Amino acid sequence: MQHPHDGGAGDLLEVRGLSKVFGSLKACDNIDLAIARGEIHALLGENGAGKSTLVKMLFGSLEPNAGEIFWKGEPVVIGNPAKARALGIGMVFQHFSLFEALTAAENIALSLDRDTPIREIAARARDVSNAYGLPLDPFALVGDLSVGERQRIEIIRCLLQEPELIILDEPTSVLTPQEADKLFETLERLRGEGKSILYISHRLEEVKRLCDRATVLRHGKVVAHCDPGKETAASLARMMVGNEVVRATRPDAPLVAGTEILGICGLSRKPAGPFSIPLRNIWLKVHGGEMLGIAGVAGNGQSEFFEAVSGEALQDSADVIRIRGTSAGRMGINRRRLLGAAFVPEERLGHGAAPAMRLSENLLLSRFRTDARAFLGTLGVIRTGSTASAAKRIVAAMDVRKSGDDPEASALSGGNLQKFIIGRELDRQPALIVVNQPTWGVDAGAAAHIRQALIDLARSGSAVLVISQDLDELFEMSDAIAVMHHGQLSAPLPIAEATYERIGLLMGGADAAHAAAENA
Amino acid sequence: MLIAESILLTIATAATPLLIAAIGELVVERSGVLNLGVEGMMVMGAVCGFGAAFVTGSPWIGVGAGILAGAAMAALFALLTLGIAANQVATGLALTLLGLGLSGMIGEPFVGRSGTKMPVLDIPVLSDLPLVGRLVFGQDPIFYASILLVIGVSWFLFGTRAGLTLRSVGDNHNSAHALGIPVLRYRVLAVLFGGACAGLAGAHLSLVYTPQWVENMSAGRGWIALALVVFASWRPWRVVAGAYLFGAVSIGQLHAQALGFGIPSQFLSALPYLATIVVLVLISRNRRLTLINTPACLGQPFVPGR
Amino acid sequence: MMRIEIVKRPQRSALFSALSPFIALALTIIAGAILFAMLGKNPAEALYYYFIDPLREEWSLHELAIKAAPLILIAVGLSVCYLSNNWNIGAEGQFIIGAIAGSALPVMFPSFQNAFVLPLMLLMGVLGGAAYAAIPALLKTRFNTNEILTSLMLVYVAQLFLDWMVRGPWRNPEGFNFPETRRFHPDAVLPEIWSASGRANWGFVFALLAALALWFLLSRTLKGFEVKVIGQSPRAGRFAGFSTARMVFFAFLVSGGLAGLAGISEVSGAIGQLRPSISPGYGFTAIIVAFLGRLNPLGIVAAGLVLALTYLGGEAAQISLGVSDKVARVFQGMILFFVLGCDALIHYRFRIMRGQPAPSNPGSA
Repeated sequence: MQHPHDGGAGDLLEVRGLSKVFGSLKACDNIDLAIARGEIHALLGENGAGKSTLVKMLFGSLEPNAGEIFWKGEPVVIGNPAKARALGIGMVFQHFSLFEALTAAENIALSLDRDTPIREIAARARDVSNAYGLPLDPFALVGDLSVGERQRIEIIRCLLQEPELIILDEPTSVLTPQEADKLFETLERLRGEGKSILYISHRLEEVKRLCDRATVLRHGKVVAHCDPGKETAASLARMMVGNEVVRATRPDAPLVAGTEILGICGLSRKPAGPFSIPLRNIWLKVHGGEMLGIAGVAGNGQSEFFEAVSGEALQDSADVIRIRGTSAGRMGINRRRLLGAAFVPEERLGHGAAPAMRLSENLLLSRFRTDARAFLGTLGVIRTGSTASAAKRIVAAMDVRKSGDDPEASALSGGNLQKFIIGRELDRQPALIVVNQPTWGVDAGAAAHIRQALIDLARSGSAVLVISQDLDELFEMSDAIAVMHHGQLSAPLPIAEATYERIGLLMGGADAAHAAAENA
Repeated sequence: MLIAESILLTIATAATPLLIAAIGELVVERSGVLNLGVEGMMVMGAVCGFGAAFVTGSPWIGVGAGILAGAAMAALFALLTLGIAANQVATGLALTLLGLGLSGMIGEPFVGRSGTKMPVLDIPVLSDLPLVGRLVFGQDPIFYASILLVIGVSWFLFGTRAGLTLRSVGDNHNSAHALGIPVLRYRVLAVLFGGACAGLAGAHLSLVYTPQWVENMSAGRGWIALALVVFASWRPWRVVAGAYLFGAVSIGQLHAQALGFGIPSQFLSALPYLATIVVLVLISRNRRLTLINTPACLGQPFVPGR
Repeated sequence: MMRIEIVKRPQRSALFSALSPFIALALTIIAGAILFAMLGKNPAEALYYYFIDPLREEWSLHELAIKAAPLILIAVGLSVCYLSNNWNIGAEGQFIIGAIAGSALPVMFPSFQNAFVLPLMLLMGVLGGAAYAAIPALLKTRFNTNEILTSLMLVYVAQLFLDWMVRGPWRNPEGFNFPETRRFHPDAVLPEIWSASGRANWGFVFALLAALALWFLLSRTLKGFEVKVIGQSPRAGRFAGFSTARMVFFAFLVSGGLAGLAGISEVSGAIGQLRPSISPGYGFTAIIVAFLGRLNPLGIVAAGLVLALTYLGGEAAQISLGVSDKVARVFQGMILFFVLGCDALIHYRFRIMRGQPAPSNPGSA
C-alpha cells in the first residue's frame, strides 16, 4: 500500500492512524491521509466504507478513538464544528440543513456564529455568489428554490467562513450533468486560489476528471492512495469493492416486444400542493418483456408521476392510463393492482411499508385485495397463518436479513426492507411493476440482488418501469431511457442510442429533438 | 361615560385575557411545540392569582402568583414533551384536565368570597378625555401589559437573531440541531413563556374581569385562544384583531341577553363557541395557505440523531 | 454536566407496553400519598379510604360498575379514534346529545309505553351521538379544520343546549319549576342486572360487549388493520388503497354512537330523567381511560374500573376524611400524566450521560 506523499511540511492536512470504533464496529481503522495545498483530493468508497465517519472526525462532529490530525504541520484536536471552522475547515453536507420558510440570507445567518445584520450577510452572499459563479437571490424563500439552488446556499454559507479546506459530501448526487459541470468550474477556481478540496464521491468518471489524488476506503481501512488520472474506472471500482464488480446480467438483445401492458396517453396533473410539480402531457408505452427507465434529478415530478400511475391520485379521464388494455384512469390503486399491476414507491418507511407494523402485516398493505382469498377470512378476519408463511417465503426468496421471526419494518436496514418490499410485489408475479428509486440508500449487495430480480421479471414477460436518479443503474438495466424534467417526459431513447451526454442534456431541459439535432 | 365608551371598555376587558394567552401560545407554536394545555394553565393562573391576592390583600402579588402558576404547569408539560418526548396532544390534554381538577380543589375555600380588584390607571387630564380617555389611559395594568407583549413578541420574532433562531427551530428542528442550535433550550423557554402568559391571562380573569373565583372560571377561553393562533396564521398583530373580534362577540351576546330580544340566553352564550368554529373553518379552507404558514415541525417530538 | 440521552428504539418494547400502565398506577399512588400528606392527612389511611374501602361492599361494587360503564363505552370508541389519529375530544358533547335524542320518546310521548320504548330510546341515543360527532368529522374532511378544537367547542354548545331544553321546552310541567324533565316511566328505564344486590344496570353489559366487539375488530380484522395503518402512516394507508376521509367518518361515528349510547344509558338507568347536568365529566375522564388502557379495548375495561374507583374514592374520602371530592379530578389528571410519561419508555431508551453532547450532523451512509 502506498504511503501518502512524503514531505508532510507542505501539506495542509495530514491524518495519521485515525480510528473510530462504535461498539464492536470499527468504522475507521488506522487511516492515513494527506492533502496538499491547492489540491482536489477524492475520498472514494462504497456505502459503509467509513468515508462519512472519517469526515465527521475532520469536521469535529465525532471524536477519534486513536490517531492524530495535523493542520499545517501542527497537531490539533478538533473537538467541535466551531473549532473546525476556526481552523479553516468548511463542509458542505449531502443532506442540507435548510429552513424552507426562511430566506436564503436568513438561512446563511443562522449558520454563522456572529450576530451580523441580515442586510450585510445578504450583500456578502451576493459577492461570493458572483465571484464563484453560483447565482443565488439572497431574499428568495428556500421553499421556492430547486435542489441545485439550495446546494448553492450551502456552498456560499461554507465559503463565507473563508475556509482553506472545503469538504464536499457527494455533491453531484442531486445535480444534472450540466449543473455538475458548473460546480466543477467553481471548484477549479477555488483550487486556483490555493484552497484545497476533499471530494467524497462514488462516481468514478467525475473523480477521474476532477481530482488530483484519491484515497480509497474499504470496510474502514485505506486500501490505496492513487492518482485517479492514471487509473481506469474499472481499476478504481476494483479498489473500492475488492473483487470483480458484480453487474447484473441482461440478455444482449431485448426480446421481441410483447403487447402493450402500460399505456399512458396525455397524462397531465395540476400541482397537488404549494411545493408540487405539475405533470404536463406525458405519453408512454411499456410492453411485456421490456424494461423502461425514467431518468431525472429528484424533484422533477417523479413522485407526482408515480402517484398518478399507481392510482393514489386519480385522473380526470379513464383513458389516460391503460393497464393491459383496460382504461384505468379512474380506478383506485387496488383496482389497478387487480389488473395485474404492482407498485414500489420511493419512500420505504411510511409509504411502502408501515414502520410500526410487522413484516407479515406489511404484506397485507399492498395485497389484501389481490390476495383476499388467501389472507382474509369471513368478516375480514386476517389469516395470520397465511400471512406469516407468505412473509417467510418472501424473506427466503430475497435473502432478507433480519433479527427475530417477524420484526417490525423499522427494525430492518434500508437494503433489507427494500428487498422485502420488492419481493412482496414480485411474489405476485405481476404483469406490470412500477418502481421509484429501487436502490436509493441500499448497500451494493442488496442493490445488485434487486436489479437482477427486476431484470428476471422483465425477462419472464412482464413490463417493468423504473424511475431512478442513478444513471449508471439505468444504463445497466434498461432497454430504453426517457427523461423527466419539470413534469414533462421526453420520448424514450433506445439504449443503443443513449449516451450520458444526451441524457444529461435532456435532464437539463433540452428537448429530445433539439438534442438529436445537436448530435447529428 | 357614554354607552359606546363603556361597551368598548368591556370589549377590551374581554379581549385582554384571550390576547395574552394567544400571544404566549403563538410563541410556543412558532418554536414547533403544540401546547393544548392553555385552558389548564389559565384556570390555575386564575385560582392562584385570586388566592394570593385574597390572602395578602395585594392584587400585584396575585398577578405574580398567577404568572408563576402558569409557568409551573408549563414546566410540567415541558418535562414530559421535551424531556422525554411524550405525545404533545395527549400531554396538553392531561395538563388541562389536571389544571381544571387542581384548581377546583385549591379554589374550594375561595368560592363565594369577593376578592381584591386590580386598580385602574388614573392620569389627571388624559383619563378624563371623552371616548378615548378611559379606553387608552384608564385601564388596568394588565391591559397595558397585553399591548406591550404584542409589540415585544413581534419585535422579538422578526427583528432579532434569537427570534429568527426560534422560528428556524419550529421550521426544521433537525436542520437547527445540525447547525448546533440548542433546540430543546429554545423550546423549553418558549413553553415557559407561554405558560407565564396563560397564567397572567388567568389572573386577569379573577382580578380584573370579575374579582372572584368560580370553578372552571376560564370557561373555554384557553381553547378559544388556541383557535385564535390558527386564525392569526401565527402572526402577532392578527392575534390582536382576533382577540378583539371575540371580545366583541362575547360582550355583544351579553348585551343581547340583557336587552331581552327573546332569544334564549343559552343560544346567545353559545355564540362565542359557534363563532370559533366558523372562524376555524374559514381559515383552514385554504389548504395552501395553511401549509405555508404553519410551523412545519408543529407537534412533532424532537429526538436528536438517527 | 449530566443529562438524559434519548435514543429511539428500533422496535417498540413489548415489555414496557405491558408494564407501563402498572408503573403509572404505582407512581400515581405514591404521588397521591404525598398529596394526602400535604393536605394534613395520614397517607396510608387516606389511600385506604380512597382505593380499598369502596371495594369492600357488594352495593359499592355495583356503584363501581355504574360509574365504569359510561367510561368504558366512551373510551373504547375513543380508542378507535385515537388509533386512527382522529382526536375526538368532544365525547362529552356526544354523550349529552345522545342522552337528549334518546330521551325524546319518554319526554314528548309519555303515554307511549311498551316493550319497544327502551330499545328505540337506545337506538336514538346511538344515532344522536353519531350525528353530533359527524359535525367535526365533516368539518375535518371538507374544510381541513382541526377536529380537536371543533369537537371541543361543540361540547360547550351541547351543554348549553341541554340547559335550555330542561329549563324550557322539556321542563316537567308538573315539576314545580325545577329545571328537569318528567321522570321516565318504567318502560323507559334501563333495568338493573341484579337488583337484589345493587343498582348496576345493563349499561355495564353494553360496555363489556362493546369492548369485546371492538377488541376483536381492532386486533383480528382488516378494518382494525386499516384503523392502525391510517393512524400511524397515512401515506402507507393511501398506498394500501385506504381512504383517510372515510376513516375519519368511521372513527367519529363509532365513537359518537358509543358516547350517545353511554349518554342515554346513564340518563335512563342511573338518573331516570334529564337534568342540566348529567355527567361528572365522563367524556373527558374517558380520554384518560383510553390512554391508561393503552388504546386496547380489553385494557380499557380494566382502566375504566380503576378510574371509576377514583370517583368513588373521592366521595368516600370526602365522607370519611373531610377531603374535598375534587381530589378525584386531581388523581385522574395525575394518572394520565404518569401514563404518558411511562409510555415514553415504550418508544425510547433512556441513558444518563455525562459531558456535552456532540452535535450530530446529518451525513451519508
